[in-house]
Amino acid sequence: MSNVLELQGVSSFYGPIQALRDVSIEVPEGEIVTLIGANGAGKSTLMMTIFGMPKAKTGRVLYYGEDITTLPAFQIARKGIAQSPEGRRIFPRMSVEENLLMGAQVIDYEDYDVNLKKMFALFPRLQERFAQRAGTLSGGEQQMLAIARALMSKPKLLLLDEPSLGLAPLVIKQIFGAIRDLNRETGLTVLLVEQNANQALRLAHRAYVLVNGQLTMQGTGAELLAKPEIRAAYLEGSH
Amino acid sequence: MAYALQQLINGLTLGMIYGLIAIGYTMVYGIIGMINFAHGDVFMIGAFVGIIVLTALSTVTSVPVALAAAFVISAFICAVYGFSIERVAYRPLRGSFRLAPLISAIGMSIVLENYVQVSQGALERAIPNLLPGGIVLLKQGDFVVQLTWMQLAIIIVTLVLLAAFTYLVTKTPLGRAMRAVEQDAKMAALLGVNTNRTISLTFVIGSALAAFAGVMFLLYYGVIDFYIGFNAGIKAFTAAVLGGIGSLPGAVLGGLLIGLIEAFWSGYATVAYKDAAVYSILAIVLMFMPSGLLGRHEIEKV
Repeated sequence: MSNVLELQGVSSFYGPIQALRDVSIEVPEGEIVTLIGANGAGKSTLMMTIFGMPKAKTGRVLYYGEDITTLPAFQIARKGIAQSPEGRRIFPRMSVEENLLMGAQVIDYEDYDVNLKKMFALFPRLQERFAQRAGTLSGGEQQMLAIARALMSKPKLLLLDEPSLGLAPLVIKQIFGAIRDLNRETGLTVLLVEQNANQALRLAHRAYVLVNGQLTMQGTGAELLAKPEIRAAYLEGSH
Repeated sequence: MAYALQQLINGLTLGMIYGLIAIGYTMVYGIIGMINFAHGDVFMIGAFVGIIVLTALSTVTSVPVALAAAFVISAFICAVYGFSIERVAYRPLRGSFRLAPLISAIGMSIVLENYVQVSQGALERAIPNLLPGGIVLLKQGDFVVQLTWMQLAIIIVTLVLLAAFTYLVTKTPLGRAMRAVEQDAKMAALLGVNTNRTISLTFVIGSALAAFAGVMFLLYYGVIDFYIGFNAGIKAFTAAVLGGIGSLPGAVLGGLLIGLIEAFWSGYATVAYKDAAVYSILAIVLMFMPSGLLGRHEIEKV
């Protein structure tokens, strides 16, 4: 199977601080790959480095074998990568509808109505809140909006940064269920960053562990779930 | 009563012009968080392009054709100026400390004023009234309340521009992209928006509106010089702050209020202190509403 995304020896910096050290990961087509690690391990930096914000200092980012390391972010988005970023970053002073339109504009609103119906099926709350200003949504609704906005561009690769952060267990379950369904039904390739390691590992085909900007472990989701050191570091006391 | 009505008409006309310039200030502030102090001088260049085109064409074509040509050519040339100013003076400083682009803007303003002074001369330039006459609305003794054709034209042109501009910002993909960049430029880029292009277009649109304001100012007063951009620019900037900087309806509202204050103060108190009146009202409003009349003050969920 071919890799949708590949990072080869990527290092990146925030100012003088090195956030990633020689990170290499592979995201094969049709798989859910998860990256787990503690707060500040560099997970979000890795997600943003894929979009060149910041740009990788060393190493390469390959998308279907094409080097995209130095492309501007908007061109990377136009190639078919979408991100639901850390902190959701919905446009607060736009309506839910306009946020979704923003997601679709990269593909010139192709199949907009069909995609919109799919999003309503996936997250019925968004239909109820369609005309409402996004800044007034609850945290969970904003998270759904951020994911739906990313999906409106019909991406080949979806980057999800902490979709469970700050959400009620029931909402988390719903969002993880939605990711699983999308992957099963449409073959969508997903790179998922999570602190909620238990759920993420159960969902993922493949997983990487990031500690202080370096990869320390990798394997299938099930393999990592079984490792005692993973259980001790990331799973004890969580559900 | 009749006198007040006349001041109302005068004030609204002037306020429309201020409002059009103020939109440029508030748009640029919204999208890149800087005050483009060269914007008033783009307005001034618009007026000069207007007088050059009108002088050249008014003898060979009819007045409406000459006017249309003046508006279109002036808007185009000012759009090029706005685009170039951002590329040359502001973009290289993006990500630099906050005061850097502000100083660059003041420098750009001085450059433009001196450039026009050298190339067009320091003397006032005048054109005759191209739309003489008007409608008499009211007669009270000797006093005649008149809406001149020129005032009517300015009000109609401004309303059409505002309608088109509002449609652009609220309903089109470009307008949405502009608002997205304003709210979160990085996120807009993640969604495939070319932020540099969007910022350039913001300058292009703001400058074209300033060009229309410049030509209308020329037609209304009939006299311009290289320094008109300073005064009108500061007034329009004041209008933007009064209305709430970053707010587009606020810019128009602020412009109208400043035009009205100026007209009524000149009519009832003293012309000499009209600017003092404008800035006093600004100071008073900001004391009680620091974010302006329509400025944002809601708390957003993080």
